[in-house]
Amino acid sequence: MSAGTPVVPSLAARTRPGSASLADRPVKIDVKDLNFYYGQKRALENISIQLRANVVSAFIGPSGCGKSTFLRTLNRMNDIIPGTRVDGTVLIDNVNIYDPKIDVVGLRRRVGMVFQKSNPFPKSIFDNVAYGLRINGMATSKAEVHERVEASLRAAALWDEVKDRLHDSALAISGGQQQRLCIARALAVKPKVLLMDEPASALDPIATQHIEELIYDLKKDYTIVIVTHNMQQAARVSDFTAFFWLGRLVEYDRTEKIFTAPAEKLTEDYVTGRFG
Amino acid sequence: MKRFEFLIERALLLCALVSVATTVGIVGVLLFETVEFFTEVSIVEFLTGTEWTPLFANPKFGVWPLVLGTLLVSGIAMAVALPLGLLSAVYLSEYAPPPMRRVLKPVLEVLAGVPTVVYGYFALLFVTPLLQSLMPSLAGFNALSPGIVMGIMILPLVSSLAEDAMQSVPNSLREGAYALGATRMQTALTVVVPAAFSGITAAFILAVSRAVGETMIVAIAAGQQPRATIDPRVPIETMTAYIVQVSLGDTPAGTLEYRTIFAVGMLLFLGTFGLNLASTWVRERYREVY
Repeated sequence: MSAGTPVVPSLAARTRPGSASLADRPVKIDVKDLNFYYGQKRALENISIQLRANVVSAFIGPSGCGKSTFLRTLNRMNDIIPGTRVDGTVLIDNVNIYDPKIDVVGLRRRVGMVFQKSNPFPKSIFDNVAYGLRINGMATSKAEVHERVEASLRAAALWDEVKDRLHDSALAISGGQQQRLCIARALAVKPKVLLMDEPASALDPIATQHIEELIYDLKKDYTIVIVTHNMQQAARVSDFTAFFWLGRLVEYDRTEKIFTAPAEKLTEDYVTGRFG
Repeated sequence: MKRFEFLIERALLLCALVSVATTVGIVGVLLFETVEFFTEVSIVEFLTGTEWTPLFANPKFGVWPLVLGTLLVSGIAMAVALPLGLLSAVYLSEYAPPPMRRVLKPVLEVLAGVPTVVYGYFALLFVTPLLQSLMPSLAGFNALSPGIVMGIMILPLVSSLAEDAMQSVPNSLREGAYALGATRMQTALTVVVPAAFSGITAAFILAVSRAVGETMIVAIAAGQQPRATIDPRVPIETMTAYIVQVSLGDTPAGTLEYRTIFAVGMLLFLGTFGLNLASTWVRERYREVY
């Protein structure tokens, strides 16, 4: 799509197939009674939610409402923050990821993550994408690594822009390209789920549009969960939306319904901009 | 009042100038005596000769034995300090829980506060006998024992600077690695250490400079026999130890023998100055902008 084409109508049109087909998708992530604590402070209270496969689910809510914290419980990224604690269950493909026997490293490979601020490693573009393959021993030959790097960069719609400078530093490309590079890096290890924590909040509108189109294309193959501050973005890219407030899940429904006819007064006040 | 401020300003400026003046003075004296020395001894002989016997009846002024002795002891010291320092920096920065780090880091830095003369006697009276029991061919004065002890002495310098460099790597990079399924070790070795490379290299170079300039340990425990060898078991002499030997001896001022210490001192100064410059250059040149 060229930069001048308005993204909102076209994406909105494409992301609204028949409602029956979406609700029929199998449950990919099933969260039951999840509580999360930073020290003594409870940051998430009794979250229960079912996220379906191959759809885009958006988490919205004001700053500090727990949406990012919740996202990070889905690949146990909060484990690396000292003094945090979780109770409740998170089933991904019917396996409880908080089971003490679970291999956290393997979990994080299956549940990829893209961060708010693009964080390419200070290595070449190629080595960034190949990183996950190498540390996980996922490619046996040089040719295979190369093949997967190219496929990942193509999937992240970055290949044509960087194919002639794969060995340049990843820090030399633009912010929007860096964020797509981070998406390519996450895709290279073939995750099942892709978590995105405000992936476009630091990008200009054109780069944001690239990322949003990419999210639309990726949901064929991945279950996507995106945290966003931007309600227009949630409305554009997601099929389901969850509204968080003060560490609680207030409402979770089809995106259309959340933005046009929410069941809760709190949700309505937030999406219409009366607070937040 | 204004006059008082002016006086304060001038007084502070004077304080700052003291160290500048001292440096200029030292370099000036070094330069003057070195030039005098090279009017009598050829610079080629000095830099290429393999015999150093300035105090003998038939003096020879080849500085190589002193340079080799310095490189040998520094090499041993770095072989101890680099791996240990880097690994302890990795532990402190990437593994140690914060309370542990708050205790360990100052303890490690206490090592840097031990007077070097204590290290010297520690090498001579404790480490050398210990090594001799394992390695009977080791002489009472040798390069190995002071090398190891010097390595322990500069270990806190390496680990502290390397840890600072690793701590300045942003957490977002660690999270990026963890999110791809990296273990803690993989994150530390394949993301954090490479990202902190310039700071770590600068720390290493600074440590080498420190080892080359270290005096007391080698003056006490390495012997005073300049010889062109890389055998760590026999007595050797470093550039610094030679300067101590002549300074403390009864060589009359103004003689050629006396001037040798300035020529050697100049060489030493150029070496450590070059290393310090290299350290700064590496840090600036290869600094990653995250």
